Amino acid sequence: MVSPVELERRAYRRGKQNRSTLISVASTVLFAVVVWLSLVGSPGWSRVQTSFFDWPTLVGSFPAVLDGLWLNLKVLVFASIGVLIFGLILALIRTLRSPIFTPLRLLVGGYVDLFRGMPLIIVLYLVGFGIPGLRLEWLGRVPAEVLGTVALILTYSAYVAEVFRAGIEAVHPSQRLAARSLGLTYAQSMRLVVLPQALRKVAPPLMNDFVSLQKDVGLISVLGAVDAVRAAQIEVSHFANFTPYLVAGLCFVVLAIPTVRLTDWISRRLASREQVGGVL
Amino acid sequence: MTEMVLGPQILSVRGLYKAFDERQVLAGVDLEVYRGQIVALIGSSGSGKSTLLRCINLIEQVSDGQIFLNDEDISDPRVNQDQVRRQVGLVFQAYNLFAHLSILQNITLALLKVQKLSKDQANETAMALLERIGLADKAHSYPDKISGGQQQRAAIIRAVALNPALLLLDEVTSALDPELVGEVLELIRELKAQGTSIVMATHELSFARDVADWVVFLDGGVVVEEGPAAEFFGNPQQPRTREFLTRLNSI
Repeated sequence: MVSPVELERRAYRRGKQNRSTLISVASTVLFAVVVWLSLVGSPGWSRVQTSFFDWPTLVGSFPAVLDGLWLNLKVLVFASIGVLIFGLILALIRTLRSPIFTPLRLLVGGYVDLFRGMPLIIVLYLVGFGIPGLRLEWLGRVPAEVLGTVALILTYSAYVAEVFRAGIEAVHPSQRLAARSLGLTYAQSMRLVVLPQALRKVAPPLMNDFVSLQKDVGLISVLGAVDAVRAAQIEVSHFANFTPYLVAGLCFVVLAIPTVRLTDWISRRLASREQVGGVL
Repeated sequence: MTEMVLGPQILSVRGLYKAFDERQVLAGVDLEVYRGQIVALIGSSGSGKSTLLRCINLIEQVSDGQIFLNDEDISDPRVNQDQVRRQVGLVFQAYNLFAHLSILQNITLALLKVQKLSKDQANETAMALLERIGLADKAHSYPDKISGGQQQRAAIIRAVALNPALLLLDEVTSALDPELVGEVLELIRELKAQGTSIVMATHELSFARDVADWVVFLDGGVVVEEGPAAEFFGNPQQPRTREFLTRLNSI
């Protein structure tokens, strides 16, 4: 049985919650109206409207852009697998302690510095035009999307390696000591104790990098691969209207939404598991 | 039995219920604390001792029932919870000292930011307390550089420095080895001598018998038995209480 006092308290809390919901809805609507009015009220609005939001162009360019998006998806799958593997290897090398590995460690450190500093677009040009320029007979003619994927892996691995390394170092040393005291080897304690905990810790930032990669696959268009962005570009010149860019942009957004939600869900689940009864 | 002279009532818990999802942890608990009293909560792990303390500190929202602090219903959602917590000190089993601050900074943080004391005043207050518990030389050490007993004493002092109307101690000796337990119990005894009102969840039965005015035995989320310490330990009435006491004493 619930006492009247508690019922009254619940009613009060509910009322307070409803009030804050109402306020947030009202302020959101107000904000949207202000933005909309200032957009529509701008002097060039009608011109922008016809050249960016043209319905026939949208419908007409959609199939081609969607075709291009399929290529982006394939690149995304291969690139993310490649990034995970290569990034993890780089991170593991960086965490090796023994002095024999010093040259290797320094090499990886240099690699990470280089590729985190270099703009992705430059890496794309260097790989996309540099590797074919070497005229390696055994390699044959490599398609632009493959070269683009390689460039993405090179750049993103550097980032992801640092995320993994931070995760590995965030696992408390006592965990490693406990594993070693049971007789597990360095590699075993890494694989069975440290990495599982490290991966859990870095899942949210890792997903963040994945979302970022999801958009950056659009940059392979600079190498001439006909992906969603390149397809949109072709359609723009075909229709003499900018709407296809908007179509491509929205396609990427739709692609990102599930990942973004998944990231939120993972973060929330991790948080609820680690802080028991933390309401404050 | 000599009749105890009771001061004004500080805390009154009435019909407290607390459930986590489906799990009922407290099922109608009543508890009264008078000024200057030490009340010991005993009971096995999971009996609801910690939850009761956390509810009193408003860290957990109660499912039903009321909590009065100095005759004010603090379970009412309209009260300012931060204001209430400033009057109630809570010391955790695992110390929960801030790892990025020195012992002195741990103690002065709330003095500076909550009580708005000047830096000199805060340092003076903190140093006087540290002096008293013999930790003045550790003032600038960081928590992980001192022993568990020292950390726990610092944690208690951190709460005491704010001069709370009521001090809640949640099994403050459980994580300590027997030699260090003595240091902490000595400090609590000293606080009692100064008239601090304390509710402590504890497994130290002999200490409870020695220092507590009132003993409450919680089991399965209800108060099974309570009474003055001597009476409670000397002549327990309920079979469940006897069972619990024998089991603990045999260890």
